[in-house]
Amino acid sequence: MTDSALRELYQEVILDHSRHPRHYGTLDHASHKAEGYNPLCGDKVTVYLKLDADGRVGDIAFEGKGCAISQASASMMTDMLKGRTGEEAEKLMQGFLHLVKGEDASDLPEDDRERLEVMGGISEFPMRVKCATLAWHTYKNAVEEGAT
Amino acid sequence: MNAPQTIAASFDAEKARADFEILSRTVYGKPLVYLDSGASAQKPRVVLDTMRDFAQSEYANVHRGVHFLSAAATDRYEAARRTVQVFLNAAREDEIIFTKGGTEAINLVSYSYLAPLIQPGDEIVLTVMEHHSNIVPWHFLRERAGAVLKWVDVRDDGSLDIEALDAAITSRTKLVAVTHMSNVLGTVTPLKDIITRAHAKGVPVLADGCQGAVHEKVDVQALDVDFYVVTGHKLYGPTGIGALYAKRQHLKGMRPFNGGGEMIREVMKDRITYADAPARFEAGTPPIIETVGLATALDYLSGFDRAAVAAYEHDLLTYAREQLRQFNWLRVIGDAPGKGAIISFEADGMHAHDLATILDREGVAVRAGHHCAQVLMERFNVASTSRASFALYNTRADVDALVAGLSKARGILT
Repeated sequence: MTDSALRELYQEVILDHSRHPRHYGTLDHASHKAEGYNPLCGDKVTVYLKLDADGRVGDIAFEGKGCAISQASASMMTDMLKGRTGEEAEKLMQGFLHLVKGEDASDLPEDDRERLEVMGGISEFPMRVKCATLAWHTYKNAVEEGAT
Repeated sequence: MNAPQTIAASFDAEKARADFEILSRTVYGKPLVYLDSGASAQKPRVVLDTMRDFAQSEYANVHRGVHFLSAAATDRYEAARRTVQVFLNAAREDEIIFTKGGTEAINLVSYSYLAPLIQPGDEIVLTVMEHHSNIVPWHFLRERAGAVLKWVDVRDDGSLDIEALDAAITSRTKLVAVTHMSNVLGTVTPLKDIITRAHAKGVPVLADGCQGAVHEKVDVQALDVDFYVVTGHKLYGPTGIGALYAKRQHLKGMRPFNGGGEMIREVMKDRITYADAPARFEAGTPPIIETVGLATALDYLSGFDRAAVAAYEHDLLTYAREQLRQFNWLRVIGDAPGKGAIISFEADGMHAHDLATILDREGVAVRAGHHCAQVLMERFNVASTSRASFALYNTRADVDALVAGLSKARGILT
């Protein structure tokens, strides 16, 4: 039983994202930027954004060091946020936060939920939820306080 | 005189193990393998029973009342001080200050002893392997009083370079603050040599014994150490209680730390006088039950042949080190000669937290992270490590479970 929880946590999609993170690096001329840090485990992530005039995520990238969960989550986040309006992004984030805490995430549009479901296994590991949410909180910080 | 085998034979780990009820529990359906005693040790039955018995039959506040229970509790509290005195072989019982742990003890020395002596530019010598609790109180003096922190490096094997430490002590040095045993590397520092060299230049030494006192017998008089710090919960005792040993000559001049009841002689509207040590540094109602628990834990530990326990732990460490050698993807950080029973390691392609999560599901509790030693993490260019730390109740079977868990983690993560 515990093995299946582990296999679900570390499934291939997650390991693939952590080994080959998407949108990894910096953005030239980023409009927003924030650094996230989890002092407990030393995980670090920097999120770079290029927000369009209407608040849409024109481009996004991240850099960081950390566990498979934090890196995979950041990578998936960048994949999914690119092109979203501010409102859509906020909704996605809230749905994600619900999902990783094992709460009701039925607000999420179905295809988003399907894509994010691979992160759902984290809800069985409460000590690791912070690893999964670090990038998202950092994104939010960048939008709200990170204008460059 | 005795052959090593004879010494090891005089300590029976299986028997000691039975004193720790928690070790028979399971975690996720697997037997608990507790390899995190460096963070906090489990408590033997006698400690828990004694605390409960004391609370049920002799408890009241200390030093206050004239009633029967207050006298009984005060006797136990002060007897605990003598137990710590004997445990560290201090010359006098009033050289033992109870604190809430190692952190508070070091903060006390920083505030009460060193801060008033610091002029801008004065130096405090530290090693890069200190725990944050033996770094941050000195950073306070850097920030607030202009002290300069001078860092002594370790060699690649984690051993301390005594010549580098000696060279770091100058005419401006006001204190050497050094660990007795690193909580990450397991390195045991040559305390006697450090103290002799520091004293030759007129500089006092604080030794952080939070790890060291657990694994070897400490004699503060033989060491001639100025300040020595221990914490109860790593010594198989309760949380919330620790102790500072400080030489009488230092205590006499030290200003009070926390203000409140117990630490005063007389309080008037416009003036105040303070009690002598140790009361001067023990403001407020102390953790009385925990203090009794600490004394019981020290008695428990002292009931063993300490040299035999040390030999046993060393044997366990050697076994673990050999077992881990089979993994060419694993790098042990800290291989200093004579090191204590702690192994920190990094694994290729596996972050310490992912590793610890998988080991946890196997029932194996290890520590993952920076271990409150970020300066050391930087020295070895790692963000975090996994750490297995051993206590007298660990066995080779625990090492085997760790090794099996590591193989499994490798299979899942790579």
